[in-house]
Amino acid sequence: MQYFHGYSVVGLVAVLGLLFVGVSFTAGRLLRPYVPTPEKLLTYECGVDPVGEGWAHTQVRYYVYAFLYVIFAVDSIFLFPWATVFATEGYGGTTLVEMFVFLGFLAVGILYAWKKGVLEWT
Amino acid sequence: MNAIDVIVTLLGVLLVFLVLPLVVGQTEHKVMAHMQGRVGPMYAGGFHGWAQLVADGVKFAQKEDVVPDGADRRIFQLAPAVALLPYLIVLVAIPFAPGGGVGQAIDAGIFFVLAVMGAGVLGTLMGGWASANKFGLLGGLRTAAQLLAYELPMLLTAASVAMAAGTVSLTGILDGFEWWWIPWQIVGAFVFFTAGLAELQRPPFDAPIADSEIIFGAYTEYSGLRFALFMLAEYAGIVVLCGLTTVLFLGGWHGPFSDSVGWLWTLLKTAVLAFGVIWLRVTYPRLREDQIQRFAWTVLIPLALAQIALTGIVKVVI
Repeated sequence: MQYFHGYSVVGLVAVLGLLFVGVSFTAGRLLRPYVPTPEKLLTYECGVDPVGEGWAHTQVRYYVYAFLYVIFAVDSIFLFPWATVFATEGYGGTTLVEMFVFLGFLAVGILYAWKKGVLEWT
Repeated sequence: MNAIDVIVTLLGVLLVFLVLPLVVGQTEHKVMAHMQGRVGPMYAGGFHGWAQLVADGVKFAQKEDVVPDGADRRIFQLAPAVALLPYLIVLVAIPFAPGGGVGQAIDAGIFFVLAVMGAGVLGTLMGGWASANKFGLLGGLRTAAQLLAYELPMLLTAASVAMAAGTVSLTGILDGFEWWWIPWQIVGAFVFFTAGLAELQRPPFDAPIADSEIIFGAYTEYSGLRFALFMLAEYAGIVVLCGLTTVLFLGGWHGPFSDSVGWLWTLLKTAVLAFGVIWLRVTYPRLREDQIQRFAWTVLIPLALAQIALTGIVKVVI
């Protein structure tokens, strides 16, 4: 019960935040002018008329490397539960070796990606 | 905890959220000006332009809120709120004084704050995409790439602190703090703080909003109140990042007479870090996008892994 209580306060803060945003948007609507003209509603492109669509195709060169991020982030999440117990009685040296095995995997992963050219941008 | 306590907590969080970012913003106006041989705002409010940001706020509230015809209207309008709210929510979990001096102690504190802070970037991404503007799209993609690169070193160094303290609770970390943790975790502190700066897109990591190349990135099409909320999110982000660095790496409320003035120590350390953030903006030129990426993967992540190894060895041997 105590555990969830903490998050109920967090939930209340979130509600407060939504109220804050809602009130400021509503107040803004009451305060500001609204005079749309076709030129004003045009997408901004340095003053000339926009060329083509805004949702342009771009090369997503981050694709492989977004994968890299997901893999490493999921890996590093496992560090947290381990971090709370690794130094307690009865673990000691063994967990330390395990840590180096884990870090070794991460390091080899990065080195591999590096060698494969994932970490090159120019 | 009764209803009155909860209400006091909520109002306190809102007050801190609305005041501290403005203080940082005003300090930035003045500090930047003096570092560049100017005096900065002097008129608004009379005394050294103290009310400049209040005046800015009044101006923003009166400006027309233009949503381009081509934009994805609802997402475009919601984006500033998504960018702003995570920082408000994070504030409640940051401990500022000993003996329960925290909005709400959360057992999985580190986890909670990192997860919620990461969500803030979604707002920028939403804004960049929904604008249907080429500059906005480029800025949004750069923001996303920067998050991908810098979230990892941040997670790893936070894990290093969790290892040192043997807990993931922020209050628990401060209870276990000893002074020699500062030199022990100094590399982690550098990595965490730098990665945080990059996630906030503060100079020198501000390629996503580089005005000389892509106007203002994801915020190009924003005006009026919604633009102001994005700006508020940036400064609230500085407060949260400096506060978190203080708690995780600099001992938070620890210091002489911490029983009575612990909150002052938290505030002081946070302020010094925030000053550093401003100083960096004035000092360093903007990094190029590929330099930003390379810095994260080839400098910060190896350093973070080394810090974890060091933390593990010291913790088990001692």
